[in-house]
Amino acid sequence: MSNPIIEIENLGKKYRIGALREPYLSLRDSVAHKAKHAWNVLRRKEHVQQKQEDFWALKDVSFSVNEGEAVGIIGRNGAGKSTLLKILSQITPPTEGKITMRGRVASLLEVGTGFHPELSGRENIFLNGAILGMTRKEIRRKFDEIVAFAEIEMFLDTPVKRYSSGMYVRLAFAVAAHLEPEILVVDEVLAVGDAQFQKKCLGKMQDVAKGGRTVLFVSHNMAAIEGLCSKAVLLEKGLLQSSGLAKNVIEAYLEDVLPHHLNKTDLRNSTDRSGTGDIRLVDFWIENNAGKKVAAVSSGKDCVFALEYESAINVQPKNIDVGISLSSPSGSHLVQLYSSYVGQVFNDLPQTGVFRCQVPKLPLGPNRYTVGGRLTANEIEADNPISGVGYLVVEAGDFYGTGKGVYHPNIPLLLDGTWDTK
Amino acid sequence: MLNGWHCDDNQEYDNTALYWIVNLKTEFTISPPGRLARINWPELWRYRDLFLVLAWRDISVRYKQTVLGVLWAILQPITTMIIFTFIFNRMAGIQSGDGTPYPIFLYTGQLIWLYFSGTVTKASQSLVVNASLVQKIYFPRLILPATSATTGLIDFFIALIILAGMMIWYGFSPGWIGLLTFPILLLTSIMCAMGIGLFLASINVKYRDVRHALPFFISTLMYITPVIYPVSMLDNYPWAKIAMTWLNPISGVITNARAGLLGKSEFDWQVMWISLLVSIVYLIIGLRHFRSTERYFADIA
Repeated sequence: MSNPIIEIENLGKKYRIGALREPYLSLRDSVAHKAKHAWNVLRRKEHVQQKQEDFWALKDVSFSVNEGEAVGIIGRNGAGKSTLLKILSQITPPTEGKITMRGRVASLLEVGTGFHPELSGRENIFLNGAILGMTRKEIRRKFDEIVAFAEIEMFLDTPVKRYSSGMYVRLAFAVAAHLEPEILVVDEVLAVGDAQFQKKCLGKMQDVAKGGRTVLFVSHNMAAIEGLCSKAVLLEKGLLQSSGLAKNVIEAYLEDVLPHHLNKTDLRNSTDRSGTGDIRLVDFWIENNAGKKVAAVSSGKDCVFALEYESAINVQPKNIDVGISLSSPSGSHLVQLYSSYVGQVFNDLPQTGVFRCQVPKLPLGPNRYTVGGRLTANEIEADNPISGVGYLVVEAGDFYGTGKGVYHPNIPLLLDGTWDTK
Repeated sequence: MLNGWHCDDNQEYDNTALYWIVNLKTEFTISPPGRLARINWPELWRYRDLFLVLAWRDISVRYKQTVLGVLWAILQPITTMIIFTFIFNRMAGIQSGDGTPYPIFLYTGQLIWLYFSGTVTKASQSLVVNASLVQKIYFPRLILPATSATTGLIDFFIALIILAGMMIWYGFSPGWIGLLTFPILLLTSIMCAMGIGLFLASINVKYRDVRHALPFFISTLMYITPVIYPVSMLDNYPWAKIAMTWLNPISGVITNARAGLLGKSEFDWQVMWISLLVSIVYLIIGLRHFRSTERYFADIA
């Protein structure tokens, strides 16, 4: 095995909080400050140390990437993903550490960088291509391919300011997609365009990754990462949390990094509930099929809704029916499932315990859903927390098993099925 | 005319060989910047396509956006010349001092001055104007101010054609010395403008009020440059003359351009070398300051 194509050793990047808060300094203030300082020194006043806090956006990050690997970089907002990409793209220098790159690098932190609205589509292809690091010869060779991919043949000589936003994005991505570097660094450029075009972009990215090139890919879309990358690294507060096979790292991300309180309400002490109270729901969480508590579930994965209950002392509830429901963020009721629907009611329960509802192949698109819970005993409402028992966070996942995982954002329910003709 | 270089297939040259050489040893490291930043010439050469494209973009956009197009590049110096001649020559009574008609005397100085001031202004704003590029893509940042200096040359040559017309009208023919030294004078102006432009560009990224101070700086500078008056008017203030020669290379350039092209006064070789030398020093200072701050532009731009 030859040397890894990218080697990152103890990389760190420090920002000054002061500088972050006030990015636009003024020369006037700066001069005034220095003059004041000099005056204080002259008068032997105590030197007032200006308060400056350091903030490490990245610290001690080390990993290496072999040639032909596609590596996903995941983490929450502010975890340092963008800083890492900026250092890899040489836009900003590291404060410490070293990166060794063994190949031509192209980075794509945004589509359409440098597009000029007054120039025509044709001119912008050359402009943008050069900005992304293509030579004129390369651009000329791929020109027809780019135009065909962007589907803008008719408008080649129209200034791009007259383009629809869809055409604009298509053209921008088309240029970027035809870069042929050995190392491609990509930020979440897929968060543009309609679902149709996103699919096309993802397909193109897969071709790039399969074509033996090395890809570093930052995304919030777990499905895209899983479909595209064999490996992944997880950043958390500037530190490398875990790295390895994409599947495992994504699992780690869903388990640990997303804060658990995101899907918690203080159920035990909530008084905002109706029902007799003979038996009450006191806690709610979600497990993956391995039985671990998770903060989020990917579309299409199996999961378990767990509802902990407590029955009142001296009451022996009978004929218990437990139900859950899911509502969209806009409040519309999407689905519900009572245990009686599947022919199950509970008798002779211990004082405390956990109801578990196993859901195979979660049919929901990425979003945050409100989970409602309700208990009835002998068909009389025993407990019904009015504002629900908690939340279910769904991350984009590969529901259909096709490796794509990009669905229409406004449709919450995923319908499974097959297509053919007769 | 400015339809874009890419249509011109004759210009195509094969750089595949270079590409492979570069590719074979693309191993490079990214590490914290050292104190002394040298200019990476091979890298600049690799990015020449980007330089050409950006220059072409600026020129293309400039002549596309204005209805008047090239006419604008002609109208601006001519209008300025007419107004200045009226105010400074007819009203204030300033003369060229060597018998040159005032309009052509003024225009020769203004030709160089407009290139210089335009380049300084555009170069010092080039990083801020292109902040979106600077924050998203790596390339040698030097390309941006260099583009400003290049695109300004188009206007300069258009204005030069007008000067040629005026010289025919007034019956001047340039001497050999004038023609031969003109490239040196132009080079001096470019280097001086780049040096100051680079310095201002890097402090403009950090201190945003530089932008507001700049027009004041430029117009003050014009009055301490012999554009509207001859240096001979300073004969009674020898210290001012020395300071001007040594600190303001453009003053030497303008005086010698007049002497060389119009031939009414004597060409001053000593001043030419001083101007060239001082410009080189300015360029080096500008480059060094630019290089030492360049890597942090993306963080603060």
